Amino acid sequence: MAEFTLKLRRYDPESGQPPYWDEHTIDLEPHRSVLEGILQAKARFDGSIGIRCSCRAAICGSCGVRINGQPGLACHTHLDKARASSQDGTTIVVEPMGNMPIIKDLIVDMDAVHWKKVQRITPWLINKEPIPEREYIVPHENMVDVTQTMACIQCGACVSDCLSMEVDPLFVGPAALAKAYRFVGDPRDAQQEARLRDLSEDPHGIYDCTHCFKCIDACPKGVAPMNQIMRLRRRAGSDFGIEDRNNGHRHEKAFVTNIRKNGLLHEADLLPDSYGGKLHPRAVPELLDSLPVITTALLRGKFTPAKALRHPHRKEFKNLRGYFDKVEGRDQRLELNLYITGYDEDAEPPADDTQAAPEQGEPGRAPEESPSR
Amino acid sequence: MKVAYWPGCVSRGFTPELHGSMAKIAPLLDIELVELDRASCCGAGVIAEHNQELADTLNARTFALAQQTGNAMMMNICSTCQGSQTECQERLDANAEYRAIVNENLRDEGLTYEKGGTLNKNLLWLIVEDIGLDEIRSRVKRPLTDLKVGPFYGCYIVRPMDRLGIDADRPRDAYLGMLIDALGGTVIDYAGSHKCCGFPIITMNKEASLKQAGRHLGDAVDADADCLVTPCPLCHLNLDLQQPLAERLAGRDLGMPVLHLPQLLGLAFGLEPKELGLNRHVVKPTSVIDWSESVVASV
Repeated sequence: MAEFTLKLRRYDPESGQPPYWDEHTIDLEPHRSVLEGILQAKARFDGSIGIRCSCRAAICGSCGVRINGQPGLACHTHLDKARASSQDGTTIVVEPMGNMPIIKDLIVDMDAVHWKKVQRITPWLINKEPIPEREYIVPHENMVDVTQTMACIQCGACVSDCLSMEVDPLFVGPAALAKAYRFVGDPRDAQQEARLRDLSEDPHGIYDCTHCFKCIDACPKGVAPMNQIMRLRRRAGSDFGIEDRNNGHRHEKAFVTNIRKNGLLHEADLLPDSYGGKLHPRAVPELLDSLPVITTALLRGKFTPAKALRHPHRKEFKNLRGYFDKVEGRDQRLELNLYITGYDEDAEPPADDTQAAPEQGEPGRAPEESPSR
Repeated sequence: MKVAYWPGCVSRGFTPELHGSMAKIAPLLDIELVELDRASCCGAGVIAEHNQELADTLNARTFALAQQTGNAMMMNICSTCQGSQTECQERLDANAEYRAIVNENLRDEGLTYEKGGTLNKNLLWLIVEDIGLDEIRSRVKRPLTDLKVGPFYGCYIVRPMDRLGIDADRPRDAYLGMLIDALGGTVIDYAGSHKCCGFPIITMNKEASLKQAGRHLGDAVDADADCLVTPCPLCHLNLDLQQPLAERLAGRDLGMPVLHLPQLLGLAFGLEPKELGLNRHVVKPTSVIDWSESVVASV
């Protein structure tokens, strides 16, 4: 047994009192969980501590909290590891998750944010017609492909720390969008394109993700929601050619074309091209809005008009176009999902180990064995 | 130390002062830069979003070019390049069969990426891990005494932690603070240091993008920072170039100068603000910091 100090953030909105910190010393074996520590504090010292929990085995997703500032499951974090990651090396700081209103102490209102957003993406399968007389037959690789999103236990850890949601509470968010890929990637679903069109056109949809990797680090189950959002973008833009009103796909195309042409990014073209071109009606107001910025940058000598307008096409980048043509010309995009394939143990894999998976994914190492878990 | 040097696109585009200041401080750090002038854009996550194999091929090509220079170490000066390239390198190294497919793409140019042949490090990592903070301390000519500096890392250099090799033994997500301290400055702890500048969605949701920049700048102002320092030129675009628009969205005056990492080093090594390109910033560092006298004190 060992002693651990827990510092809990306490808050009862109904009391009218501001939040405060509460410290308790608990006595448990170091490999026991932070949740067990909180429950001991509750049993021994203060029965009014609010914490939601059920399975205590990282399956039900009830005990999402922030431990030393990082989101995760209280039942899935060992006390000794939590202490090692604490700021002062001794005190384990436990707070409620972010981006959601607090009901009491460590319990947040999942209904108000997380579940509302999950409902937003139509979280059920919409059958293709006609319904077969017997069961639908789904290729194995398709199910493997959506395995990663199915590992989600709806704990809300990714929602808690989503940096886009922090400034844009309407953002559909990582958990719900990962869930959306669950159905977009399922061949039985009849509404894949409609789903993608809906989430592309929504100004708070797939193109509102700022690519900050927060959700990847937050997820206790290796779902990597951001990667699922990028897959939704690929499906929407490249497979269905959806030109969304948020310039998401246009920006991607402008970027890729820019590099294909120039080798290095030519920023002066990227901005207007993301809006459809320098003279496009969409681009003009944007450029006017940015005029003060452009003017200051010119005055400061960040770039010259000549540099902004002309970009020498250097011959050393001529070969690049061949790569673009070859890779983009493939019948099927290649995608290596390390969650599914895992990592080579040696430099040379066994000859029969097919691991370069096509976009839809292929059976490889079981997710349970994947190092990301 | 001789390194294959990948400056990235933006350091030679809209933040030319970054490329320029790196060239100024390299000799002071005894780093010999072998610039990879044939290497292409890392894709900044956007090409990977479009087509993973394409991004992996372009970056495998860059690593192969670095290997051709005979230097095992490749250095970059951009958080986004570090993150994008590490992501590609993780896939290339994880799977021999996939690596063979990508190398097949490179065959026409006679290039091959060999697993383990390139160690790609941002200037920040190289300074702390390969030069050492004691060595840096000994080279400081003008300590940043009384200068309160807020670190701003950029997402790509701090997440995901596993992929970037960040742990208790290599606290790469704390290096900026350690370096500011070694240069004699005061590290400002504020909410935004490890958050997103918002740049990736500037064309998709300008309001949300600039609200992020404005919020972090405001947090730094409230924490009493004199300036920020960042190893990421894309963050610099949103935090400095776009700061007047971020002010509008934040609804407050910010006036927060944002320095590139080599500029902060250069100041401490005794270089003049102008030769480090500090006059090229939208929010001029000289507008709030008196470099000549008290803040950056002479030894």
